[in-house]
Amino acid sequence: MPESAAEVVFDRATKLYPGRSEPAVDSLSLTVPAGEICVLVGPSGSGKTTALKLVNRLIYLTGGEIRIDGTKIYDLDVTDLRRSIGYVIQQVGLFPHMTVAANVGTVPRLLGWPRQRIRARTAELLDLVGLHAAEDGPRYPSQLSGGQRQRVGLARALAANPPLMLMDEPFGAIDPIVRARLQDEFLRLQQELRKTVLFVTHDIDEAIKIGDRIAIFRQGGTLAQYDTPESILRRPADDFVAEFVGADRALKALALHTLGELELGPPRDGPRAAADTNLRDALALLLDEHADVIAVTDAGGTVIGSATRDDLLR
Amino acid sequence: MNLAAASGPVIPNFGQGSACERTNGWFCTDWLHAHWGDTLQPALVQHVELSAVAIGVGFVLASALALAGFRFRLLDPPIGFFADFLYTIPSLALFQLLVPLTGLTVTTVEIALVSYTLLILYRNMIAGLRAVPPEALEAARGSGLTRLQTFARVEVPLALPAIMAGLRIATVSTVSIATVAAFVIPQGLGRPIFIALDQGVFKTEILAAGLLVIALALFADGLLVLAQRTLTPWTRSA
Repeated sequence: MPESAAEVVFDRATKLYPGRSEPAVDSLSLTVPAGEICVLVGPSGSGKTTALKLVNRLIYLTGGEIRIDGTKIYDLDVTDLRRSIGYVIQQVGLFPHMTVAANVGTVPRLLGWPRQRIRARTAELLDLVGLHAAEDGPRYPSQLSGGQRQRVGLARALAANPPLMLMDEPFGAIDPIVRARLQDEFLRLQQELRKTVLFVTHDIDEAIKIGDRIAIFRQGGTLAQYDTPESILRRPADDFVAEFVGADRALKALALHTLGELELGPPRDGPRAAADTNLRDALALLLDEHADVIAVTDAGGTVIGSATRDDLLR
Repeated sequence: MNLAAASGPVIPNFGQGSACERTNGWFCTDWLHAHWGDTLQPALVQHVELSAVAIGVGFVLASALALAGFRFRLLDPPIGFFADFLYTIPSLALFQLLVPLTGLTVTTVEIALVSYTLLILYRNMIAGLRAVPPEALEAARGSGLTRLQTFARVEVPLALPAIMAGLRIATVSTVSIATVAAFVIPQGLGRPIFIALDQGVFKTEILAAGLLVIALALFADGLLVLAQRTLTPWTRSA
């Protein structure tokens, strides 16, 4: 997949602000494979947002290096670098004086695309993020809801089809119901687009849901653990990680799998759940119903097998 | 034989004017008809010219100062103080102060008028530029706009409502203050007012010129409101 995704490598990347004795990001080394979502998560002051902004050089790197597809970011022209990286922030930062369509067309205009192509691309993207090009394109940001604005922000970041996306708590200011929907839609989009994504959040549940890999930061800008959600939940590297992911990490790990992924027993009687139910919800159902076995159904409601409590917890 | 009363007011065209003029009535329409062409209309045109030049020059100067004060924050306090200082000098005093330097000329008048626009325009420009939402600036940088592109495409347009508000105030006050120009040069709508005062407070002429000043100020303000609506369509749709 050339063009569509880039590998990002942090190689002992360090940010030391002048006049401080402790670095904000301390010798960070991690590799984000092309096409994967890497979530940077940690308590505030752990340097996760700083690490993100080092990549598009909004914050100047003071030690080590960062490479995108093998090229050191300081070997590139800074505006070229930024135009090739999609950037989404929590406050969205839409330009209030531009229409939705003009906002989305920002980077293509900078790149000098012909007007016709910008218009077509803008319409395509607005539809992609669940807005209506004809209806919403001519509106101004002040006329949109918070969720709609963040969709426009996402469309703007995607406009020039960048191989890398930086997302800084993009859903942080949105109410929980809309946030969950945006997360789902973002994951669906990512299925298609397969961008490399660096995604900052302070919400471990969001990290587990969104990330192919999770980088957990601790105070002082060091990496506590970098692994898949499953490994982090099942084998936290130390007490800090264990505490950060929460005492219910076993339950969170259950939520990563569905009934359909189990080796099911023969069909039996019991409370019913569809095969795409996650194991955490299935366990909750068993506890609710005081049952020992779940009847697993297909999408049509036909019982295709069963799962016992032990099966769920294995 | 001179029958004119020695003590009464001296009215222009005394002896051949209408009854209204001879008794110094409040608003003699026949005088207006007779003197629109030779008195009021030329004064109005001069007034427009004096004001327009002052506002234009003031706008250019204030823009340059605002550019400096915005780009280099250290310059903002001294520029602001300078503009404050100019603004606080009473207009009559300022005209008098300038006469020994620049004489009884249009230049004197324009320097004074421009001085009064600077503070309002400068302060509004700086306030508008500073009020640009920081997240829009971050998005602009992150999207790869250069410093100049950010200024021209994001900061200036977003400062326009404040800039236009300043321009409106500066315009209305300049049109008003330009009346005092007649102390220095025989131009503008202040001229007929001074003449009428000199001739024993001829009410019609004072009222007519005064009303023209007000009408001109309101008209210019209205034009600027229209311009603002055209230039900043996003402010209408919230």
